[in-house]
Amino acid sequence: MAEMDTSSGGGHKKGPGVKKAKKMSTRVDLTPMVDLGFLLITFFVFTTTMSEQTAMRLFLPKDTDKPEDQNKAKESGALTLLLAKGRTVYYYEGILKSDGSNFKSSNFGELRQIILDKKASTNPEDLVIVVKPDEDATFKDVVDVLDEMTINVIKRYAMVDIAEPEVMLIKATEANGGSTATPPAAK
Amino acid sequence: MGRAKLPRKSTTVDMTAMCDVAFLLLSFFILATKTKPPEAVKVVIPSSVSTKKVDAKDKVTVTIGKDGKVFLAFDDKAKRKQIITDLNTRFSLGIDADAMAKTDQVEIIGTSMSQMKDFLKLPKDKQQGNLLPGIPVLDSTNNELKHWMESAASVYSGEKMNLLVKGDGLAKYPVFKSVIDAFKKNDLMKFNIITNQEGLDKGSALYKEKSAQKTSGN
Repeated sequence: MAEMDTSSGGGHKKGPGVKKAKKMSTRVDLTPMVDLGFLLITFFVFTTTMSEQTAMRLFLPKDTDKPEDQNKAKESGALTLLLAKGRTVYYYEGILKSDGSNFKSSNFGELRQIILDKKASTNPEDLVIVVKPDEDATFKDVVDVLDEMTINVIKRYAMVDIAEPEVMLIKATEANGGSTATPPAAK
Repeated sequence: MGRAKLPRKSTTVDMTAMCDVAFLLLSFFILATKTKPPEAVKVVIPSSVSTKKVDAKDKVTVTIGKDGKVFLAFDDKAKRKQIITDLNTRFSLGIDADAMAKTDQVEIIGTSMSQMKDFLKLPKDKQQGNLLPGIPVLDSTNNELKHWMESAASVYSGEKMNLLVKGDGLAKYPVFKSVIDAFKKNDLMKFNIITNQEGLDKGSALYKEKSAQKTSGN
């Protein structure tokens, strides 16, 4: 049973009761195996090149305590963006008026148009965009805003800590019926 | 007599060679692809239009988790050891030689400095982002990342340090700000934020600028 028939055909004859085993070819059809191999290759090649990570370069300005060293921004060219909860963006041009009348609310979808409008209406030399994320803003919001600066080719922008009156205004707006509503003081 | 008989050839081709090639290629690709470095924390990174590739060398990665935990990773094992040694002497953390030998295996650092000596002795499967407290950063008087960066800056002084920030999109801004503050304090003014690449709008100013550069370059 476990023996291999090594006889080279013919000559040697076994007893009358023993059937001669049929000689099988040892060749296996390898075509399906090749198919499988190439299928796996294609699979691996396609899946590995998918995730490509890129780096966003950021330069930080040096902190200065002396006011004369700080960058001055012209009031007319400044646009301040406040990032708040739920991807809401509040913005105002120039200096925030004490009654909050130039404080407007928006979102990330309209952000590009706001920036472009400001860019079109101001002297490129004076244009400064100030980004102030509040503590409910997420990392994604910050990256998105910085990305927006790159997309719209804004040369001068800064990230600044949010000030108390601005936080109050955001709170007031949020309390006053939803994130997209304009503050009661507006117009 | 007559014409020589043409031997009848079989139409089946021997597939062995092709099979060999296929599997050789397969094994090559599997072995050649870099396995994803083990991630300390599951991080969903935001996307940007930046096309610059991440430099794979000399990486110092600050990871910000979804819940605001901050982790630190040094790729260079020798430097990692130097940095931890430096901190150990500066703040007398009490890390003994036994624990110091384990720094080679530490992929991420995610604990306060006072816990470092216990952290280093943890088995590897316990050094996972969700199990660790993270480096305390939010407390501005005791932003420990600042000390880490100070040591890193001194160890890397004169060499290029590839500072990367990898943050989860949902992480809150104050954490990111503390991270930036830690960089600023040590005059590390250049860093990269790791993002996924995304397409650029055709109408945008950057797109116009880029295509203008292309045409003028040709």
